[in-house]
Amino acid sequence: MSVKTEPRPEAAPPSSVGESRGERLRRMFSSRIASFVAILIAALWTIPTAGLFISSLRPEVDIRTSGWWTVFTESNFTLDTYNYVLYSDSAGGGLIRNLVNTVVITIPGVIVPVAFAAMAAYALSWIDFKGRNLLYIAIFALQVVPLQMALIPLLSFFSQGLAIGDFTIMPAWQLDGVNTIVQVWIAHSIFGLPLAIFLLHNFMRELPSDVMEAARIDGASHSQIFRKVVLPLVTPALASIGIFQFLWVWNDFLVGRTFGGGESTRPLTAVLGDLAGSWGFGWTRLPAAGFIAIIVPLIVFLLLQRYFVRGLLAGSVKG
Amino acid sequence: MDISALTERFGLLAVGLAAFVVVMLALYGIAELASRRNRSRLVAAVFLFPALLFLAVGLVYPALRTLVMSFFNGDGTEFIGFDNYVWVFADDSALQTLINTALWIVIVPALSTALGLLYAVLIDGRRGERVYKALVFLPMGISFVGASIIWKFIYQYEASGDQLGLLNQLLVWMGLDPVNWLNNFPSNNFLLMVVLIWIEVGFATVVLSAALKGVPTEIVEAARIDGANPSQIFWNVTVPSIRSAIVVVAVTVFIATLKLFDIVRAMTGGHHGTDVLAHNMWDQAFRLGNDGRGATMAVLLFALVIPVVIYQVRNIRRQELEAR
Repeated sequence: MSVKTEPRPEAAPPSSVGESRGERLRRMFSSRIASFVAILIAALWTIPTAGLFISSLRPEVDIRTSGWWTVFTESNFTLDTYNYVLYSDSAGGGLIRNLVNTVVITIPGVIVPVAFAAMAAYALSWIDFKGRNLLYIAIFALQVVPLQMALIPLLSFFSQGLAIGDFTIMPAWQLDGVNTIVQVWIAHSIFGLPLAIFLLHNFMRELPSDVMEAARIDGASHSQIFRKVVLPLVTPALASIGIFQFLWVWNDFLVGRTFGGGESTRPLTAVLGDLAGSWGFGWTRLPAAGFIAIIVPLIVFLLLQRYFVRGLLAGSVKG
Repeated sequence: MDISALTERFGLLAVGLAAFVVVMLALYGIAELASRRNRSRLVAAVFLFPALLFLAVGLVYPALRTLVMSFFNGDGTEFIGFDNYVWVFADDSALQTLINTALWIVIVPALSTALGLLYAVLIDGRRGERVYKALVFLPMGISFVGASIIWKFIYQYEASGDQLGLLNQLLVWMGLDPVNWLNNFPSNNFLLMVVLIWIEVGFATVVLSAALKGVPTEIVEAARIDGANPSQIFWNVTVPSIRSAIVVVAVTVFIATLKLFDIVRAMTGGHHGTDVLAHNMWDQAFRLGNDGRGATMAVLLFALVIPVVIYQVRNIRRQELEAR
């Protein structure tokens, strides 16, 4: 791979006195290649999204007959497709309903697991009890268990309840209509917990123990320390994990599709995934529909990237 | 959308949030009482209760159920031993699914990590580094489904008339014939992998770039003075110093690749020889209604992450020991 050409072009020392002309030429040349490759990668990573955005603003006839790059010679823009996919009562329209579903799913889908994880992480990092380490390691290991392992039984848990033999531990939930969204909340909360606990535990462990000692000597109880000392100190971490979970829930397809009930109660991404998979007669509306789903997380992501990266590094570089 | 649909949904949201607040207050009240009496074990139990309940009912128990189900037939009424596992290795399309998965979990982590490292090195210290990084990082915010839609348009094929997909248009501009990319086995598998690599390179870049910044300049300087050339410095100094970050990136991408469902579902639906384990699991259980086979696929998926689990647990135990 071309890594070998000149890995750290900028780190090279300024042309020193002893440098021969050949060396200098080679350095400039490889720096050119480095620039070229960097720009090429940046372009490859941007153009596909830009193409979809341009397509989403083109009239249907144009999408059907020419590629999006032709807008540079003859531009023709409209918001009609957005209008149709969001509000039309005809087939392939009315996605505003699913967008609302996504919002309704996402808010508890973020708050509940983060809150539960914060409590659990506090207990695991600052309350002494037997078997604490073992419990933490078990939760940590759960992080990588594929959620596919849980799908079938969890769905039947909701639809048929839980019973051992004839003894019913939990009756069927029998949720229907909009209420099926409750299943999606719970599923997201479950699947988000292991990572959230792990990350928050990492952050809470780092808090200085003298602060905790001082609070305890002042007579503060565990619940007071949690609320008044720990939570304010880990707010940036809560933000990082909140963003993780937000992106995961908003962008999720699998959980929403499995637990979301009928099409009218599924989140936007779940409906879109099916639309894209079938590539039916409405494919010209996919760019606009896709962009509606993409734009919200993208904005959140861009604005809060700093927190996201912090969480990413805290979670991964420890290795 | 009519008003009743709106009020119905936000009404549910309000009720849900209210219920959550009540639960939190109740838990907090119990914890407060227990703390005042200095019963820290009870406090720990209260703090852990919701998380452990969710994990036990929603993850641990179902995972065990899935394991049991994989030894039963399609509707779970008859014990059939290892028949489902035999089917996986005997059935042509199931075998193809396994082969595809094997390709995915090798190629995607390797290429994502390598490209991320290459890009991180290339932009390190360059003017506009943050913009470069942001451009490649952006797809991380896009859903797999969104990315699939984006790339489906890139791969689009028209049998007649102008090409609407960028890739085929490029071929036409070069005087070649357009290709029906997504139907074209086996190369369609690699085109699907491109989508995931496109997403994961940003992650690799950000983590590895941060690791690069942590390599002490003194070591690099010393190597340079000793007469090492840039590629020697890269392979013998830089790469070993960020080894653990590279491993973490590769492992993270490996797990994401293994669990991949969305891209296959939205691009080909698993047809044309592109199925993978995580998608086939869903297809068997929820579309074809064969819980036994679906469970078997899930168990195989789990078997593939066991080495990672062991590795991670050993790592964390070492860290705990060091911290003590």
